[in-house]
Amino acid sequence: MSEAVISVEGLGKKYLIGHQAATKSYLTLREALMRKSVGLLQQTKNILLGHPIIAGETLEEIWALRHASFSVKCGEILGIIGKNGAGKSTLLKILSRITKPSAGRVALRGRVASLLEVGTGFHPELTGRENIFLNGAILGMTRADIRKRFDEIVAFAEIERFLDTPVKRYSSGMYVRLAFAVAAHLEPDILIVDEVLAVGDAQFQKKCLGKMGEVASDKGRTVLFVSHQMGMITSLCPRAILLEGGRVVFDGNAAEGVAQYYTRDGGAPFAVDYTKLPKKIGDQLATLRQGWIEDMREKTTGEIDIRCGFKIKMQYALDRATPEHPVPNFHIYNSQGQCAFVCGGRRSSDGGIGIYEATCFVPSNLLNNDIYFIDLALTFMHAGNHVSFHERGALSVVIVDPIEETLHSEARNGYSGVFPGVVRPQINCEVRRVS
Amino acid sequence: MIIESESLANHFWRDLWSYRELFFVLAWRDVSVRYKQTIIGMLWAILRPFLTMVVFTVIFGKLGGFPSEAGAPYALLVFAGLLPWSLFATSLADAGNSLIGNSNLISKVYFPRLIIPAAAIVTSLVDFLISLFVLIDLMVWYQYVPGWPFLLLPAFTMMAAAAALGAGLYISSMTAKYRDFRFIIPFALQLGLYVSPVGYSSNIVPEGWQLVFSLNPLVGIIDGFRWCILRGQEAFNWQSVLISAAVIALMLWFGVRQFRSNEDTLADVI
Repeated sequence: MSEAVISVEGLGKKYLIGHQAATKSYLTLREALMRKSVGLLQQTKNILLGHPIIAGETLEEIWALRHASFSVKCGEILGIIGKNGAGKSTLLKILSRITKPSAGRVALRGRVASLLEVGTGFHPELTGRENIFLNGAILGMTRADIRKRFDEIVAFAEIERFLDTPVKRYSSGMYVRLAFAVAAHLEPDILIVDEVLAVGDAQFQKKCLGKMGEVASDKGRTVLFVSHQMGMITSLCPRAILLEGGRVVFDGNAAEGVAQYYTRDGGAPFAVDYTKLPKKIGDQLATLRQGWIEDMREKTTGEIDIRCGFKIKMQYALDRATPEHPVPNFHIYNSQGQCAFVCGGRRSSDGGIGIYEATCFVPSNLLNNDIYFIDLALTFMHAGNHVSFHERGALSVVIVDPIEETLHSEARNGYSGVFPGVVRPQINCEVRRVS
Repeated sequence: MIIESESLANHFWRDLWSYRELFFVLAWRDVSVRYKQTIIGMLWAILRPFLTMVVFTVIFGKLGGFPSEAGAPYALLVFAGLLPWSLFATSLADAGNSLIGNSNLISKVYFPRLIIPAAAIVTSLVDFLISLFVLIDLMVWYQYVPGWPFLLLPAFTMMAAAAALGAGLYISSMTAKYRDFRFIIPFALQLGLYVSPVGYSSNIVPEGWQLVFSLNPLVGIIDGFRWCILRGQEAFNWQSVLISAAVIALMLWFGVRQFRSNEDTLADVI
């Protein structure tokens, strides 16, 4: 069980991109023509020889992935996280043999199947039944395998009635369910999953997660899971690697990885100024201007001591007069994606045009030792709960528990482990002798 | 299994063999999708060669007064040339565009890429089999009985498919990089139709030009088809068939080589 099924050593992938070289600003027509025709000749030669041609005169190497090393044991579920462009997709493409690395090596034990996007290879004109066979074959199943699992797949996808309908007539939900069902019954030794679960309804997502967990734990298969949904990463993967700029910058406990993901620069910050963004957050009624976290001394910060209270603030503009003031609301989620609480402002009759500031006072000893993500939203109650903006994960705050100081306090009583729970309030607990 | 930057060529053919099932499934998909949402469906496979045959017979046979071969009706001569030609032309066009048509698969899943253009050719083979029935109908109509060489038809069919595969592999891997090749194929095929003895017999080509003429691999294939179908009374033109076979082998070798050298980076450039 403990041998490495995937071991990646110094993996790198290089792409070439072209830039226009800086030339002197004036060119005679003759020079321009000469330059063009020489370039054209060169290009024709390259085309016929099968060399890549890249627009532009100077080339730049871009390493989408560089010096990546890690290993995965049998039966492990590894989460891969990172921002867009961090190299996640490149890594998966190399592991699933779609593209070749430019450097380094990967050793894989067993059959790899990748689920890089749902419905890969579905043909819209074919029926659900036909597509199960087509998709199965593309993912590497034999016809006998598919026939054996056919009923299971259909039952899992819940599409019995539409089995003989062309998939182009399917709803997107049905499409996704069918695609995942085929892939989930693949039974490869290593399953690579990329963002497939971002679609489908919540119930089906849960089913897929269950299936993936089962695949790993019961059947001893290895799963590599890429997602931008941190809640899924922490609930599914015990371990995660964090990629940044093509390098593995973190490898370890998934919850820690998620916290790093958010706190490394560029993640959900503790202060945002939306007025500087080209995109407007909001609608014709109101726009979000700023959001930030502040400690009790009014210092903007992203780290709060668990023993101290803090303030979450947002500034918004009402662009139109309304009969009553909208309700600003703050939604606080922990790193697992569970909602800790929602804090809504008081209703008032002041609905005039202007810039307003809302503050949510979070008391001390309420949140647990974790990273929390905050949604900022604004709702007009008079207009049938009209939501002007709801910025998900706009802010993040890390609640730190300086364990050296708190260990022997009333809160910990000498316990140094992790307290479970979305919140960790100091609830009074009295002890008295009854006999 | 080890993935490294240097290509490990030794398991190329083994991989291809282990993915044979995918080849059948993709071929089946292409065949079953080909005439979906058309009104006359499979009839297209009959109508296209038939109408071309009528036009060629009228223009070359009647208006141009070109001679036929072995006393066969001119329509049969044309159709016997048209069969391998359209097999080659549709195979080449389909195979050439097959990689970009399946780019979503290529950028998402691994399998030996060679399967895609190869499977595309199967579709044209199905069309070919359907037009073969038209040929048989025509023969019945003209009360023309072929001789034993008719049994050699599959060999020449394989040659046509191999020629299309060789050229198709090269063109498809190039089309993946440069879309220019998409425009080259229809143009080349249009020219090829006249350079190859489809509407006329290769006997009308002057003696001195025969050698150059038969460098076109289609010449040997079409000559072979006519020999098989038109009773085989004429002496079998060994020279042109052998040259064709050599040219086809060369094309196949070059096509596979080019395809393999491009295969690794296909997902990056497509």
